[in-house]
Amino acid sequence: MAKHSVSRRTLLKAGAAGTAAAALPLVNVHGQAAGGTLAIGFWDHWVPGANDTLTKIAQEWAQKNRVELKIDYITSNGNKLRLTAQAEAQARTGHDMLAFATWDVNIHQRNLEPVDDLVADLVRQYGPINSIAEYLGKIDGKWRAVPTTVGSQLKPPHVRMDLFKQHAGLDMQAMFPGGPEGRDPAKIAAWDWEAFLVAAEKLNKAGHPFGLPLGSFSDAIDWVGALFRSFNAVLVTEKGDIVVKTDPGTRAALEYMKRLCQHLPSDVFAWDDASNNRAYIAGRASLILNPPSAWAVAKRDAPQIAEQTWYIQMPKGPAGRFVGDLRYFHGIWSFSRQKNAAKDLIRHISQRENAERLVAASLGYDLPPFASQFDFATWRDEGPPKGLLYNYTPRDDTQPNISGYPSEKSIAAQMYNQATFTNMIARLVQRNEAMDSVLSWAANELEGFQRG
Amino acid sequence: MADGTAALAQTGAARSAAGPRRGGLHRMMRRQSTTAFLLCLPLLALVLGLMIFPAFYAGWLAMLNKSMERFVGLGNFTFLFRRETFWNVVWQSCIFAITAVFFKALIGFILAHLVHVLPAKGQRKWRGMLLVPWVMPLAIGTLAWWWLLDPSYSAFNWVIRAAGGENIAWLGDTFWARFSVILVNVWYGAPFFMIMYLAALKSVPEQLYEAAAIDGANAWQKLWHITLPMMRNIISITVLFSLIVTFANFDIVRILTNGGPRDTTHIFATYSFALGIGSGDIPLGAAVSLFMFPILGVFAIFILRGVRRRADAMG
Repeated sequence: MAKHSVSRRTLLKAGAAGTAAAALPLVNVHGQAAGGTLAIGFWDHWVPGANDTLTKIAQEWAQKNRVELKIDYITSNGNKLRLTAQAEAQARTGHDMLAFATWDVNIHQRNLEPVDDLVADLVRQYGPINSIAEYLGKIDGKWRAVPTTVGSQLKPPHVRMDLFKQHAGLDMQAMFPGGPEGRDPAKIAAWDWEAFLVAAEKLNKAGHPFGLPLGSFSDAIDWVGALFRSFNAVLVTEKGDIVVKTDPGTRAALEYMKRLCQHLPSDVFAWDDASNNRAYIAGRASLILNPPSAWAVAKRDAPQIAEQTWYIQMPKGPAGRFVGDLRYFHGIWSFSRQKNAAKDLIRHISQRENAERLVAASLGYDLPPFASQFDFATWRDEGPPKGLLYNYTPRDDTQPNISGYPSEKSIAAQMYNQATFTNMIARLVQRNEAMDSVLSWAANELEGFQRG
Repeated sequence: MADGTAALAQTGAARSAAGPRRGGLHRMMRRQSTTAFLLCLPLLALVLGLMIFPAFYAGWLAMLNKSMERFVGLGNFTFLFRRETFWNVVWQSCIFAITAVFFKALIGFILAHLVHVLPAKGQRKWRGMLLVPWVMPLAIGTLAWWWLLDPSYSAFNWVIRAAGGENIAWLGDTFWARFSVILVNVWYGAPFFMIMYLAALKSVPEQLYEAAAIDGANAWQKLWHITLPMMRNIISITVLFSLIVTFANFDIVRILTNGGPRDTTHIFATYSFALGIGSGDIPLGAAVSLFMFPILGVFAIFILRGVRRRADAMG
């Protein structure tokens, strides 16, 4: 934790003094950290080199503002980032600024500095912010952390064009071109969960099933949540009322899953977040729902598969087209003594030019919270095949979703983390429980989640 | 002369006054128990800081509400008692710990006998090899098992298929997932039992077996009437120790199944982690982790009392 509190005025003064003193090397040396020290815990990126770009962006700001940075890259593997946040929240010391994934903003809301002014400025600059980012980051009317590009990702379908064409008779590249030109709304509208089911059946018969995990890891929770939302399934209302037993959308989604599971590998209930990637890279799966990490690895290890990869939009359901959206935030601890410096750095990272650099460094993996930034060159030009990432970002009528939305947040966080959706499916499909029994079990679980 | 005598008397008095004080401290410092205590101080500080304090802190946390702002007494425990999932976790933890400890003890016992009868020359080599699972970091060993049991590319399934059989959902089916986590725990823990039982076996006087042989006792009778009674204390202590450690296991379930399928392999530590860290309900997670503490405490008291009685009887 830094020792000195720094106001914006001090920062500006320090910056001005630094600029003026630039001609005097001796003074410059002594004034290197006039703005104090800022301790940061960033999320450790999967993509090699992405951390370097973030460090460079942060250091550019630090040099300009004469602040010394202490950056730690903390992996989310084994929940280390979450454990760090919990430990720092308990000890009320640690980094000044930390990366928070999805529900952790809600979990640590009482220890996070409100950042309404900063988010309002960014919205003024770049337009409406991602709705899931708002759901997760704005608590009781106050923004507790700033949605960030770093680490934020979507999980749209990532398909093998050749297998779809050969076995399902579908030209996915023609249906979802790699740019705004040539998009046929009728074809896109026809891509719904029923069409998805037909394709799943055909490709499974051809020995290339869809690689859709149904375990307790986030890839499974994210896509299942998007499917439930597109069937208008509501387990708990925004006010916290449990309606799962009587909700027609939940029944419809579960009935659909019963049909879909007949065409999925039987082992999907035990898959983790790496299983779908492996199935795709090995050439076994014809479709997975994932950010571009599987494609990036295939580009290196199985280029013939990478060349046949294409992103498409999610299928549409009765309530719309939704895609799993996993958001990251940068938050400032309320016990930090460098709040203004941290805010200023977050503002700097959120600038369009820096977001573009981060997206390029992550090979299109990172996703900004502003739709106005979905026109970066990376998603248009990256390949092979060129343009495959255009549909990684939400296009047409696709909307972002997080499993549990729009339920009351503390309940939704537990639904997500305790895999309520996939457990319901497993009970129905794997254990052959009656629908009413599954819904009663879910209602009982959700009652437990209401604990204050 | 008088002055000299007085001075000597004064010096002697001063010595006798200071003597016992310095001598007492000196004697205390020279006492072996004091030295032992001082040498143990760093360890005691570690135990206090890393075990006693966190245990009491966990106890305190378990009595707070979800937002950790209000004292709720035993409210978290009464809440857990009403949850079906929690009772499933209790049941699963008991199946996991009791089955694993039983097989670890059984396999350790058999291995100890096998190693014990080996010629002295080759014994050390076998002992070393059999200890490998226990020496290896558990997370690494479990990852290797995960590759063997992988849902899609299991090496075991590859062999089963080659033999004309069908794939087994090692980690996807409740029965096989429970079997797998217990199997890995037994693999990891059996060498500990083996080494403890081997040490106990070596301390059983040979004369007892010789006398039994003269009396016409067969191998089973020797085992039942000599080996087992002589090893009773070590068996009790290892079972108790292993039961406590197995109930607190985390790595195996976390790496292999993450509690799945359908939460049917969650044990106290993984469920506590899911509630406390995953869902942000630290007090409830702490309550889950402390649930077994009183039960194991009572269990430990009875076992240790038995051990002490037998030791007194023998001594």
